[in-house]
Amino acid sequence: MSIERRRADVAIIGGGIAGCAAAARLRREGMSVVLLERGRCGAGASGVNFGGVRQQGRDFAELPLARRARPLWDTLSSHLGEEVEFVASGHVKLARSEADMAELERYARAAAALGLRLELLGRAAVQAQLPWLGAGVVGASLCAEDGHANPRVVGPAYARLARRLGAEVREHAPVRDAARDGEGFALRTDALEVRSRFLVNCAGAAAGRFAAAFGEDVPLAPLVPNMLVTEPLPFFIDRSVGVCGGGIYLRQIARGNVILGGGDGWCDAEGLRSRPLTAASLASMHDALALVPGLAGSHIIRTWTGIDGEMPDRIPVLGWSQTTPNLVHAFGFSGHGFQLGPIVGEVIAELVAKGRSASPLAPFAIERFTAARAPTASPNPVGINP
Amino acid sequence: MADPRVVIVGAGPAGVRAAETLARAGLVPIVLDEAERPGGQIYRQPPPAAARDASALYGFEARKAEAIHRVLDAWPGRIDYRPRTLVWNVFGNRLDVLSRDGHGELSFDRLLLATGAMDRVLPFPGWTLPGVYTLGGAQIALKAQGIAIGARVAFVGAGPLLPLVVHQHAKAGVQVVAALDATPFAAKVAQLGGLATAPRTLAKGLWYTARNRQRGVRAASGIQALRAEGEGRVEALVWRDSSGAEHRVACDAIGASFGLRPEAQLADLAGCRFVHQHETGLWLPERSPEGRSSVPHVYLAGDSASIGGADVAELQGRRTALTMLEDLGRDVDASEAARLDRALARQARFRRALDAAYPFPRHLVDAIDDGEVVCRCEGITAGALRAAARERGADEANRAKALTRVGMGRCQGRVCGEAAAALLAKSTGSDVERIGRLRAQPPVKPIPVVAGAS
Amino acid sequence: MTGLLRRAVERRGADVPITIDGAPVRAKEGDLLITAVLLHRTSLRRFEFGPGERAGFCWMGACQDCWVALADGRRVRACTTGVEPGMAVLVEQGSIAGDRRG
Repeated sequence: MSIERRRADVAIIGGGIAGCAAAARLRREGMSVVLLERGRCGAGASGVNFGGVRQQGRDFAELPLARRARPLWDTLSSHLGEEVEFVASGHVKLARSEADMAELERYARAAAALGLRLELLGRAAVQAQLPWLGAGVVGASLCAEDGHANPRVVGPAYARLARRLGAEVREHAPVRDAARDGEGFALRTDALEVRSRFLVNCAGAAAGRFAAAFGEDVPLAPLVPNMLVTEPLPFFIDRSVGVCGGGIYLRQIARGNVILGGGDGWCDAEGLRSRPLTAASLASMHDALALVPGLAGSHIIRTWTGIDGEMPDRIPVLGWSQTTPNLVHAFGFSGHGFQLGPIVGEVIAELVAKGRSASPLAPFAIERFTAARAPTASPNPVGINP
Repeated sequence: MADPRVVIVGAGPAGVRAAETLARAGLVPIVLDEAERPGGQIYRQPPPAAARDASALYGFEARKAEAIHRVLDAWPGRIDYRPRTLVWNVFGNRLDVLSRDGHGELSFDRLLLATGAMDRVLPFPGWTLPGVYTLGGAQIALKAQGIAIGARVAFVGAGPLLPLVVHQHAKAGVQVVAALDATPFAAKVAQLGGLATAPRTLAKGLWYTARNRQRGVRAASGIQALRAEGEGRVEALVWRDSSGAEHRVACDAIGASFGLRPEAQLADLAGCRFVHQHETGLWLPERSPEGRSSVPHVYLAGDSASIGGADVAELQGRRTALTMLEDLGRDVDASEAARLDRALARQARFRRALDAAYPFPRHLVDAIDDGEVVCRCEGITAGALRAAARERGADEANRAKALTRVGMGRCQGRVCGEAAAALLAKSTGSDVERIGRLRAQPPVKPIPVVAGAS
Repeated sequence: MTGLLRRAVERRGADVPITIDGAPVRAKEGDLLITAVLLHRTSLRRFEFGPGERAGFCWMGACQDCWVALADGRRVRACTTGVEPGMAVLVEQGSIAGDRRG
């Protein structure tokens, strides 16, 4: 088989939202880009997640990024030239005990300092504003500007934008090898050899393998969110819903389907195949019904899952490689990367094109997992992490 | 060693004969079926209160139907028959089932999927009007409920079901205003030799056709396009014949569909490999002649593996059960297996001729207007599919589903899948094989959100 | 009220009283819900995503077109559900979903 050869300023492994958004942004910076996606762009974790566009509840390390991402969602459809169905429905995080409520209050106070405005609702306010909730909810924290969108269309739309801007986006092109090549990088798929100056590792659940190829072993574990959707129902759940302590989350779209999740599905050891698990699905049905009694009589018409990547501290790896100049990592979004996707693309492009990002990335440094055995040399002669 | 647990999904001709064969060999197979009574669709039994004479229900096939109905009761304690049970998922060696007792789980050592088929559908303008049903649906209404879908009914088909359904309705006193075949008459003539390899079956088909002609039922072949018209319900059927001329007939119901397609969602969930059958354009789960799927311990028989009709389903049910016994290390009558194989080979010759005599009329959707609904559940139009193919990279079935919602409704693409693939193929200059098929996702049918399920 | 369907075969046996949008109707023992409703009405429910009504399609529980709402909050597939005395079917009054403009 003849091998095609490509050269580009930047090679990107992974065609999820982050990778495709980075490709688009890098094109605007005038850099040439080859993006390699093992399947179809946006069909990995970017496409199978719950669809929450949510700042509330994040680790505070993520809040600056999430705050920076939020305005992008308001204009994302026109930016992409395709409807992403973003709705600022508001997101309520429910307290089912006084301890939960205290936790919500603590979070709200601290989040305010970071610019995130949350409104605390007591029992009466919950009953008045969220009458469709069942008994047992003692309070809630509402983030009015949070919402949801359609994850299945965002990644593909970013891929098309990147292509329109002149990025070479190759699908069905799993990267077999990635290595340093002189000052740059050499990647190999079954039919392609790509040489580049910069390499971006945003390969989702498979990113650990590529990090390891550059001497950076990280504890990235598969995260397999079990998802369900109902038949179309009359619209009555007007906020996106989560609960303290996790366990169940749900949202209703304008067409009427209710999407719900919580619990894990199954994936194989290679991280290629995944299946929803019945026990998790039945538990989610049970929890959803307790939370929203109005779901009684409705039917689940589909369940699914996919494979995301999770870090032990549940925040991503985002930033320069510690071992290899000009290598950027962006993975391990731990089940909540959807809202961040557009800004992660910007951050990647900032690092590559300008050497630094406008966002604080220190908490996401890969060193936090690899420092023990990493060399202490500066990772990047071009720029430094703020 | 404890007896292996063999589970059969489907109590139609294939499942029932497989159960009988296994019971005769000393096993106690579990037979799961959604319906209340055995028979599948072809030999569907009315509810007891609507019972009728077998010859009125099944015509020439009455004896075969009654034989099938009696099988499970003939082995008391030897066949664990569980009607009203939906199998909605299979994963590994485990089935998820829903019955009157609620959600449950059933593990198996060997699994036989005999889940039958449904009508093969193509959309046409007006097909979502009340009063438009599938051809098979019209037959089921008459058989299982003594119901005619209307007082003046037009039928459209692309297979041997058409003359049969017309005959059954005319015999029941229903006025049949048109019997339209969407496949060319010449195709049948060309296949006469092959069709004659099953002379009794051919004779029956010819007899129905002759009877219908005798009754003066208006018939046409090779129709190029059709549409249903009406406000709030069907009022007329308009079609274009093979010469391009347009015709119209007043009617208050239409039974229209174009062959059969396997109900193979459980085979998909079980991990079976699928192949695209060029002769029919159908995606079929890979099945060895002996009945094995590509997944160890999972077997296939009947129309859900490939469309063959009730007689083939019975033969395959028996044959596959022998294969299962053999794989379980039991002694098997080799001459019985050989006899079944020979009978199946004869049937296969006939089936090939039948498939060629009634080629799937995909041309009916090629020129369908952008505004026509293709996905019945979600209301997705032909235009939306074409636009997604042209502008958004929807060059594969599941991608098209993600981008347009086609196949995201309650039926999971059973009704729209064929047409969607045809439209996507046309729009991308591809072919339906490359477009692929929609992946099954559990539950294969809607299941209620229930309390107390954790 | 004339329905969509006709009885081609006379049905003997017990009557089964049901209601459709509150109006009493007599079905027959052995009727499926699709039969019982469409002998008196021309649809089972309004379509969720556009104009028009639905009245079933395949009669075998595959196409999922014949879902119908009952007054007690249940949703059932009319072609695989038998009538029971006292069933209260909502056709015009059935709750529909989301965006009817599609």
